[in-house]
Amino acid sequence: MSEAATTLPDVDHQRVVFPEGLALDSGVMLAPMAVAYRTYGTLNEARSNAILVCHALTGDQYLAETQPVTGKPGWWSTIVGPGKPIDTDRYFVICANVLGGCMGSTGPREEMTDAEGRGLGRPWGTDFPTVTIADMVRAQKKLVEHLGIERLLAVIGGSMGGMQALQWAALYPRSVFACAPIATAAHHSAQNIAFHEVGRAAIHADPDFCHGAYWREGRIPAQGLSVARMVAHITYLSESALTRKFGRRLQGAKALTFLEDVFAVESYLRHQGSTFIRRFDANSYLTITRAMDYFDLAADHGGDLSRAFHGTPTRFLVASFSSDWLFPTAESRAITRALTRAAARVSFIELESDKGHDAFLLDEPEFHAALGGFLSGSADAVGV
Amino acid sequence: MGMKPREPIQYVAKNMRLDLRLIAEMIPDGARVLDIGCGDGALIGHLTQEKRADARGIEIDMQQATQAVAAGLAVIHGDADADLAHYPDDAFDYVVLSRTLQAVERPREVLRQMLRIGTHAVVSFPNFGHWQMRWRLLWTGRMPDTDTWNRAWYETPNIHPCTILDFVALCEQDGYRVDGWLAVDEHGLRAPWRESLRLANLFGEQALFLLSRKP
Repeated sequence: MSEAATTLPDVDHQRVVFPEGLALDSGVMLAPMAVAYRTYGTLNEARSNAILVCHALTGDQYLAETQPVTGKPGWWSTIVGPGKPIDTDRYFVICANVLGGCMGSTGPREEMTDAEGRGLGRPWGTDFPTVTIADMVRAQKKLVEHLGIERLLAVIGGSMGGMQALQWAALYPRSVFACAPIATAAHHSAQNIAFHEVGRAAIHADPDFCHGAYWREGRIPAQGLSVARMVAHITYLSESALTRKFGRRLQGAKALTFLEDVFAVESYLRHQGSTFIRRFDANSYLTITRAMDYFDLAADHGGDLSRAFHGTPTRFLVASFSSDWLFPTAESRAITRALTRAAARVSFIELESDKGHDAFLLDEPEFHAALGGFLSGSADAVGV
Repeated sequence: MGMKPREPIQYVAKNMRLDLRLIAEMIPDGARVLDIGCGDGALIGHLTQEKRADARGIEIDMQQATQAVAAGLAVIHGDADADLAHYPDDAFDYVVLSRTLQAVERPREVLRQMLRIGTHAVVSFPNFGHWQMRWRLLWTGRMPDTDTWNRAWYETPNIHPCTILDFVALCEQDGYRVDGWLAVDEHGLRAPWRESLRLANLFGEQALFLLSRKP
């Protein structure tokens, strides 16, 4: 890993700085606070066609364009664009880098500030305060207001993005006409926390982590971050998808020689790990996985999830994928039932797919048709 | 009973049929409606567009539920037995169960839930008391095999058949008021025996009931 063990390249991200900052759930005042974001399409005169897309743990704001660090297509370019389900000819699409992220929003990589908001000439690193999913949403709300939008036509997100979508609807019901939490849950399960902890432990165990001050040494905990990604990546797939893609095939050999044989799946995971470290910051990974682990929307409402949505005017589309074992259908069904108890207008579908949790990012025509129909029905209802 | 050959009707998959139009006629403008077993959403789509209703659906078949959602309708993949319990009291003005009562696991409980979450219930079901059923059972000694009851006993999804009189007796027993009823033929056309339940029970292929809670 040593050849890649350099810090992330500095890219000039489009962003807005809020000098007044944000009061975090932890009690810390984070000021100033920057939100990096991208938009696609045109905001209409009534400012009624805006859709906010919330990204997942390792996603970013480069939704439907080339990612400037990796040079790869945007993570949801299959679904966002002219004539696509999230149609940029009809909607104004916003995507912001989450608070605590590493693509330009305030996070561990950005310059640390003191209580007066003065820059301290060093990154936050592990001194970056604990953030929650609700903090991320409050930061996005400031951006949305900054863009002059009172009510979003929709908030959409998969995985951690779905947590944000749910949190949006719970915090700002009047600012969200439609909400689509996809392949997600109203709280992070013990199993999911456990997988995250393996990743965090791998980062902490890397000597190059330097107790979080790797930036001071000009190093990154490449090995640890890479292992964290490899573990996480397994949870994003399914057994059948792994079997279909790799089976027991060997990399560069026809049969076992018992001399350093490498299975194709190992080689694939190593590749996932080594490319990840070129685009993600380890301290951001620690911060954001923690935010997911802390998320429990029902606990914030006396243990009853339906109370988070009592009397909500928002309409919902809840969707899960049959082979997703990280955020299984049962979690989506629990959200649906809570919304039903709250008398919300909710749709729920479980889509047939063998691609595991990652299915929400991939080409799944039925999912695209359902999401596109949900959005277009919502747009019709508000006259967009 | 015409002489024309008829398409066999499946009770789990449906389109906008004539009997759905009869149901739509019963529902006033702007009503809050839940259609249990809504198929691809033909009825709730119609109610939303034509009557500005707040119409929602539950469908057990995933493909049909997905199709309905893709059409912009509020449909949950679920089933009558498991999902009604989660709705709050009086959430709807009308709860519709069309040609599905005979296929649910606990029809009595489903009816109870319908009239808990809705002020009115619209229920349609195939009438097992129809003369053809009686005749076939009497004459052949085998389970009836008609256009309506067209699946063998060992694979039919219709596990709780009842007659019109059976249904009326259950409503009586559980305290539901019958605000209206119709006996219709297989295509959903009104049959002429509106006055007599006994004649309807003999000649009606399908029954359609409008119920409400007794005050």
